[in-house]
Amino acid sequence: MAEVSEYLKNERDQEWRVALRGNMKNKDRTQLERVSMTEQEPDKRNKDFTEVNSGLTEAEARMEARRCLDCVNPTCITGCPVNINIPKFIKRVEQGDFLESARVLKETNTLPAVCGRVCPQEVQCEQACFYSQKLKKPAVAIGHLERFVADYEQNSGKMSVPIITGKNGIKVASIGSGPAGLAFAGDMAKMGYDVTVFEALHEIGGVLKYGIPEFRLPNRVVDVEIDVLEKMGVKFVKNFIVGATASIEDLQEEGFKAFMVGSGAGLPNFMHIPGENYIGIYSSNEYLTRVNLMNAADPEYDTPVISGKKVAVIGGGNTAMDAVRTSKRLGAERSMIIYRRSIEEMPARNEEIKHAQEEGVEFMNLHNPLEYYADENGRVNKMKVQKMELGEPDASGRRRPIPIEGSEFTMEVDTVVVSVGVSPNPLIPSSMKDLEVSRWGTIIVDGDSMHSSVKGVFAGGDIVRGGATVILAMGDGRKAAESMDKFLKST
Amino acid sequence: MNKIIEKEYLSEAVVRLVVKAPYIALSRKAGHFVIVKTGEKGERIPLTIAAADKEHGTITLIIQKVGVTSTKICNLEVGEEITDVVGPLGKPTHIEKVGTVLASGGGVGVAPLLPIVEAFKAAGNRVITVLAARQKDLIILEEQMRQHSDEVIIMTDDGSYGNKGLVTNGMEEVIQREKVDLAVTVGPAIMMKFAALLTGKYSIPTVASLNTLMVDGTGMCGACRVTVGGKTRFVCVDGPEFDAHEVDFDEMMLRLTSYKPSEAEAYESYLSNHPK
Repeated sequence: MAEVSEYLKNERDQEWRVALRGNMKNKDRTQLERVSMTEQEPDKRNKDFTEVNSGLTEAEARMEARRCLDCVNPTCITGCPVNINIPKFIKRVEQGDFLESARVLKETNTLPAVCGRVCPQEVQCEQACFYSQKLKKPAVAIGHLERFVADYEQNSGKMSVPIITGKNGIKVASIGSGPAGLAFAGDMAKMGYDVTVFEALHEIGGVLKYGIPEFRLPNRVVDVEIDVLEKMGVKFVKNFIVGATASIEDLQEEGFKAFMVGSGAGLPNFMHIPGENYIGIYSSNEYLTRVNLMNAADPEYDTPVISGKKVAVIGGGNTAMDAVRTSKRLGAERSMIIYRRSIEEMPARNEEIKHAQEEGVEFMNLHNPLEYYADENGRVNKMKVQKMELGEPDASGRRRPIPIEGSEFTMEVDTVVVSVGVSPNPLIPSSMKDLEVSRWGTIIVDGDSMHSSVKGVFAGGDIVRGGATVILAMGDGRKAAESMDKFLKST
Repeated sequence: MNKIIEKEYLSEAVVRLVVKAPYIALSRKAGHFVIVKTGEKGERIPLTIAAADKEHGTITLIIQKVGVTSTKICNLEVGEEITDVVGPLGKPTHIEKVGTVLASGGGVGVAPLLPIVEAFKAAGNRVITVLAARQKDLIILEEQMRQHSDEVIIMTDDGSYGNKGLVTNGMEEVIQREKVDLAVTVGPAIMMKFAALLTGKYSIPTVASLNTLMVDGTGMCGACRVTVGGKTRFVCVDGPEFDAHEVDFDEMMLRLTSYKPSEAEAYESYLSNHPK
C-alpha cells in the first residue's frame, strides 16, 4: 500500500501536473458545473438500436477535466475495482493530450471504452470523489471522461498497443472471454505470458456481446478492444468448451500451466409458476441473446425472436431494463416492468431506470406474477399478478415484499421476459472433481488470490460472485493475473 | 476448421456428413450432441453425433432438410466448412449391462440412436432395434443398426418395407414375446410420447432422448426447457436423455412449434431464392 501511495505521489509531483494545478484556482474549479452527456431523443431512440448516450465533445471533456482538483489523496482510485490512476488520466484530458490519457487508462484497464459505458460509477469512483464526499456537489464525471478518452483513441485509428518486453513462453488459459477473462488476458500478456482465451460461443466477448444491448454498448466498441488484445499476442479460440471439448487435464498435457475460470453465471432462473413454459415466455438471457448475439431483429439473419405488442419483463435489475428497452425497440406498444418491490429497492442503475422511463416503459412496481395463460396455440396471452406491499427489511437489507391477499388481477400480455437472476454455469465445476463449490454452485476461491481449491486454477467474475458487474469481474481477472504470476514464479 | 470430408444422401431429404472436428471426435460419447451454425448470419441448431472416428478426427452428423438452416447445412459440399461447430454437449447416455434393451427410432432420430445401440451392445446387452418411417426410402442406417443389434425390426406406415404399422406395433410385438429390461426411444416427440405410453403400460423403464429448440446449448438461455416429473429441466445440460415416463411430451410438442409461422415463411422465401 505504501508503495502505491509513493507511486501516486511521484506521479502527482511531475512537472506537468504541478503546472496544470497552477493554471486555475481550486475555488474556480469547484464553481464549474458538471457536464451532462448528450442523449438521443427518447422518442426517436426507442425505435432503433443506436447508442443512447452520444459522448462528450473535446471542449466538454476538457472543461469537465478542469473540475478535477488533482487531490493529494485521490480517494476516487480506491473506489475503482481496477485502480485506474484517475487524476492522471483526467489531467491529461485537461491538457488536451487524449492519446496519452488513453495510455494511462490502459495501464490498468483492458477495456476502457466498455467501462466508460457500463460501470456504475455513481457507486464507485464518483461516489468516492472529493466533490461527493466533502463538497456535496456532483462528482467529477469520471465515467464520461473515461468513455471520451477511449472513444477518442478508437476513432483516432492510433490505438496504442502496450509494449510487451520479455515474453516468457509460459502457456496460461482463460476459460471464458467475458470481462473477467479479457482483463486477465490483458494483464498476463503484458507480463509476458502466452495467453489463450477459450470461448464456448461463436463470438468473443461473453456477456458484453450476448447480454448488453447495442444501444448501451455497441459490439464494434468491444471488438476494437479485443483487437488490441490480439495485437498483444493473446490467442482466442471460439467454439471450445473447456470441460467438454477438452478437459483441463488435456490442456495441461498441451502445456498449459495455469487456468483462470471466468465462465460466468450461465443458467437463467425461472419462477416455477404455472404456465411459465408457454410460447412467448423467455428468460432474459434467451431474449437478449437472440437479439444481441444472433441479430434476430434483422431479417437478414436466420434466428427468429418473438416480441409482441404487450411485453412484460419480470424483475428490476439492469438486465430487466435492457430487456424491456429492447422490447420497445422491437415495436412493443406497452413495455412493462413487473417488479415485486418499489422503485427504491430496484437493483438497476438509476441511469438505466431513468432511460427506461424516458423511453416510455411502464413500471408496475409492487406487483408479482402468479400464473400465465395461453391461447389455443400455446402462445401466452394473459398473466395473473398480485399486488405487494413492503414489510420489514430482509437479509438483503431491502424491505421485504408481502403479498396483499385478494389483490390478484389478470392483464393481457403477448410476450414475457423473466429476468429474476442467474445461477452459475455448472459446466466447469462439474467437470473438475476436486474443485470446491458453494451450495449455490459458485466456485470457492481465496478472496485475495482468487486461487480455487485446485492448484493452478483461479476463478473470477460471476462464476465466483454469482451475479455482479462487468467491472467487478474485471477486477477479479486482474487480481487472478497478479496472483497467478506469483504462483507460477514460485513453482 | 469443421471441413466436410464426406457427404452422402441417405434419402432425398436426409444427408450424412462426415466433418473434421478432432477434439469432439476424441471426447464425445454416445448421447452427446453438437451445436452448429452455418454462415455469418446463420442460426444455431443442435445436431446429435451419429458416429465419430478418433483416428481421423471426424464426427458424423445426420441432418434432415426441414427448414432454412437444415437445408443450408445439407447443401454444403465436400471441402466446404460448417462455420461453427461446438461440443460435445449434453450428458452422455448411461450405459450398463441391464439384459435386454429395446431400442426404437423414428425418422432421423435413428441417427442419434445408432451410437446408443452400439454402446449397449458393446456393454453386453441383447439389443433389439425397431426402426420406423413413413415409407421404405426414409428408413436410414439399417445396415449399421444390424451390425450392432441382435435383431432389427422395420416398420413402415404404408407397408412398403418391413412390417406395416407404427413403431409401437413393432415394440409391442417384442414386449409380448420376451422380457425387456430397458427401452430407449429417439425420434419425433409424438412418436416418443406413444412409445412411452406403451412401455409405461408394461412398466418397462424407458429413456427418451429429446431434441428441442436451443440457442447456446450450454445452459445459458433456457430455450430447450421441458417439464420432467413436474419440474422444469434444460435438455442441453440436464439431458438430452430423461425418464420417458416423466416427460411432458405435449408441452414439448407445443414449444417445438414456437416459431412455426415465421419458419415456414422463411423456408418458402429461401426455397424460392434457391431453386435446385
